[in-house]
This record gives sequence, structure tokens and C-alpha cells, in this order.
Amino acid sequence: MAKQAAAPIERMAGYKPHKGRTIALEIVTLILFILFMMPFLIVVFNSMRSNTDIINNPVALPNSLSQFWTNLTDIWNNPTFNFLSALRDSVIITILSLAIISIFSSMAAWVLVRNKTKWSNFIFFCYVAAMVIPFQVVMFPLLTWFKSVGDFLGIPLLRSYQGIIFAYLGFGEAMSIFIFHGFIKGVPLELEEAADIDGCSRAGTFFRIVLPLLQPVFVTVLVLNGLWIWNDYLLPLLVLGANGDIRTIPLAVQGFNGAYVKQWHLIMTSTLLAMLPIVILYLFAQKYIVQGMVDGSIK
Amino acid sequence: MTSKVKRKLTEFLFLLPSLIAFLMVIIVPFILGIYYSFTDWQGTGAVSQSVGFANYAAIFKDAGFLHSFLVTLLFTVLNIITVNVVAFIISLLVTSEIRGRNVYRAGFFIPNLIGGIVLGLVWQFIFTNIVPSIGSSLGLPTLSKSLISNKDTVMFTMVTVNTWQYAGYIMLIYVAAIQGISKSVMEAAEVDGARYWTRVTRIQIPLMANAFTISLFLTLTNSFKMYDVNVALTNGGPVAMFMNKPVQASELLALNIYNTAFKYNNMAQGQAKAVIFFIVLTIFSIIQVSWNKSKEVEA
Repeated sequence: MAKQAAAPIERMAGYKPHKGRTIALEIVTLILFILFMMPFLIVVFNSMRSNTDIINNPVALPNSLSQFWTNLTDIWNNPTFNFLSALRDSVIITILSLAIISIFSSMAAWVLVRNKTKWSNFIFFCYVAAMVIPFQVVMFPLLTWFKSVGDFLGIPLLRSYQGIIFAYLGFGEAMSIFIFHGFIKGVPLELEEAADIDGCSRAGTFFRIVLPLLQPVFVTVLVLNGLWIWNDYLLPLLVLGANGDIRTIPLAVQGFNGAYVKQWHLIMTSTLLAMLPIVILYLFAQKYIVQGMVDGSIK
Repeated sequence: MTSKVKRKLTEFLFLLPSLIAFLMVIIVPFILGIYYSFTDWQGTGAVSQSVGFANYAAIFKDAGFLHSFLVTLLFTVLNIITVNVVAFIISLLVTSEIRGRNVYRAGFFIPNLIGGIVLGLVWQFIFTNIVPSIGSSLGLPTLSKSLISNKDTVMFTMVTVNTWQYAGYIMLIYVAAIQGISKSVMEAAEVDGARYWTRVTRIQIPLMANAFTISLFLTLTNSFKMYDVNVALTNGGPVAMFMNKPVQASELLALNIYNTAFKYNNMAQGQAKAVIFFIVLTIFSIIQVSWNKSKEVEA
């Protein structure tokens, strides 16, 4: 509508962009952008230099590419950093947490929307209210509690995949249910009634009719939770431990950083490796990540 | 009748996983947490003695905590200003007629993809090596030493890193709001002879009120809860004097809570601090909700 309305005005006024101002803006933006990207350049350049080079002159360009290879093999084979196993653990934890958060939250949100009872309103209110609770106020008792429950059930919840994934479900679902709830309210009931009349079971109605309609809001939930879980430091630190067998990428980076006297060339190489997976993903899924972040904020 | 029972059962089973996780991860630890803050809890599951408000009385005499509280407020206020000003300027630039604006939009968001631990380390390198090196070659005494180990400039480094990381995200929200303004309104103003700055201040900014509210509160809670950049960049240091006692100059609340429990082994006082932290955040949320409500009434 806006475009249609704009067209005649453009013609009427002989609308044309101001050339001089645009070029000035382009220069300002470019300078600002280079400043913003500088830290990444610093990481890349210093991953290609030796520690002595860096200490002698921190602001210099790398002089040989072979040093990059040396740093990369050093950090790759470093048992404290152990990038491959950290990457594997981060991928396992992020993907499984996202899967159960999105499935269970959408199921719960659907039931809460479609049942107009006092109970469903109360449960939904609890989820919304719980969004205020900061991690800090539950983190210490959570550890004691997870330890007791794990001992009781015989399934360890600390230092285990199942424990941290379960914790992510608990911390991620309130916001996810809230987002799904808002979306499902707008899904017409007629579709579900038709499926009901055709003899589709309640579960079948959800998985075959409702779930496919939720695709756009799945993007929001996956992006918001995904970026958070992938980069989270405090929950893995507490639940998995700083020196446990399972270590996510942020734990590995911080563990390596604290293990030795500062070896900046290797630290820079380790941060480069830690940044790569998410930046590569962003190159391919940029549209979805940006859309998810914007939709999630305006929810 | 049986189909109705089956239906109810399915819906109950749909809710169950979310409810169990919610109870186990949020509700029980939250209640335990409130309870522990009134006891001499040692961080184990063992029965603890009630101490009334002793923990709360102790933390309000704790110079480290009070300093941390003030520093967190200062950090939050500074951050709200810098993040939103930078984000707004960038959003104006990348919605103008410049070439490559989509690339810039995507690029400015990149710092937000990467976790605080990794970014904190990168910027620690910049502030301890790159900046002093440039500073001394330019003959600037304040920049020749690390800005992180100086108690008067350490807050500046924290705000810089957080602004760099967060501005790209807030920019996306502003860009979405600017794009939501009908083009014809802006062009009509231009035809009427409104200059660029008039159009920004008289049309864009008033029409973006909602985006400003969202961004304000997002930055507020994000800054107030800041933890991982704090750990990786400064880890709380250096030492400063407050109420005639040595305190950590850049130790924000989240880090202070963690350190109270694990560095100084005082779980009960750490928990009491976390409860205060929760109460402050709840007050912020109540202000936000009532602010939004009053906006709705006006509209």
C-alpha cells in the first residue's frame, strides 16, 4: 500500500536522491564499518603471528602465512582446548536442546491456547511471570537440587548431556511458550475442527495440521534460543563444571585462556576457531537469523 | 465419552514435559533459593539453620556488594545511552540511500552472534596490547598503559565492548521500525520542504516511540545482567577503595554474586544477593509493563 501511494508523489516532485549527501553518508558508514570490523581483523592477523612478534610489536601485519598453520596445528592439538570435542559437545547440546524446547513448548502453548479454563490461564500466567526470574536467583539451589534428584533417580543430572539439556528446556521454554502462544491465538480454529470431524486424533491434529502452520514462529524460537545456548557460559560452567568431560566451546576458550601464562597468538587462534562455526552459519542463514532476532524482540 | 477422556489425556500429556521441566528447573530451585537466603546454607543438601534476615543485614554492610550495585547502575545507565545512540545512528545510515546498505546491516550485527567470553578475550587483547602500543607511539600517556588495569578507565572498556556487541542488535530493531514508517509520509514531508534533520526529529523519532521503549528495556536488562564479558574482559579488577575498604572496581552484580558463593564460599549470602538482584529486575519489569500500558491508553 505504501509503495502504491509513494509512486505518484515521486513522479510529481521529480523525486531524486541527493547525490552529494549520499556519498558523504557512504564514506561515514564505511569508516564506521571498518572500525566495527577491526576486532575481527585483529583476531585474524594475530592468529598469523608468533607470540614474540606480538609482544615486540602488537600493531603490525603478519609476515608469514606459515605461522598461521603452526598456530592452528598447535591449538588444534592442544589437549586443554580440544576444539573438536568442544565443537561436538556444543553441537550436541544446542541441537538437542533446540529440538526439545521447540517441540515441547509448541505442544504446551497449543494446549494452553485451545483450553479456555482457569487452569490454563493460571499456567500461562506462571510462565509469563517466570520470564522475570534471572538465572542468578536459581543457579545455586539448582545445583544442589539437580544433585539430589540425580542421586535419587540414578540418572546424573550434573556433568551430563541429559542434565544440561533438561536445564535448557526449563530456562528456554517460558519465552518460547509465550511466543508460540501469541502466534497460535491467530491460527483459525476451523482447520482443527475440520480435522476433528474427519476423525483425526487430537495428537494428529496438532502434528499434521497445526505444527506445519507454525513454521515462521519456529524460526524465531530457534534463533533466539540457539544463539543463547550456543554462546552461553554460566549454565554450562555450573552444570558441566569447568574441568568436566563435557565442555562447550565457551568453556573450552575460557579454560584454555586460564590455563597458561597469556599466549596471545594461541588465544587469538582459539577465538578465531570459536567464532567460525556461528559466522559460517550466519553467512547461509542470515535472513532467518535477522528475522528471528527482530521478531523475538518485538514479541 | 471415551473419546473425550482420550482427548483430555492427550492434552495433559502434551503439557506434561514442559510442566515437569518448569517445576524442576525454575519453581523448586526458586523456592529453595528464597528459603536458603534466610538460612546458613552451605551449598549442600544438608539441613540448614534459619538465621532470619542476618544474610540480608550482612550484605547491606558489605562494601563490595554496595560498590558492585552502584557500578552496575552506572554501567547500565552509560550502556543504555551509548548502545542506543550508536544503534540509532547506524540505523539511520543503513536505511538511507547508500550503496551496500544490506551488507552493512548484516555486518553490524555480526558481533552479536559471538559469545561474551570470546569477545571479552579479544577486547582484553586490544586494551592490553593494541591500544597501549598505539598510545605510546602517539605519545599519549593515558593510552600508553592498559585501560583495563586502571580503576578510572575500566568502566569505559566495559561500555565500549558491550556497545560494540549489542548496538548491531538494537540497530535491527530500529531498522525494522524505520522501514515500518510509510515512505509516502517521509516523501510528503520532503516535498513540503522539511529538511533531513527535521524529518528525522519530527517524523521518524515520534513514529518510532515503540521501538525506543523496547530497545531501552532490552538494553536495561541486558546491561544489568551482564556477566560473561565482565569475566573475560576484566574479571572484576582492578582494586579500588570504597567506604575505606578495598573493592573490585569493575565487578558487576552478576559476577559479585558468583564470587560471593564460589570464591568466598559464602553460599547463603550469595543467595541473598541473588534475591535482591531478582527484586530489582522485577521492579524494572513492572515499570516496563506499566509504561507500555500507559502508552496503549494514550494511543
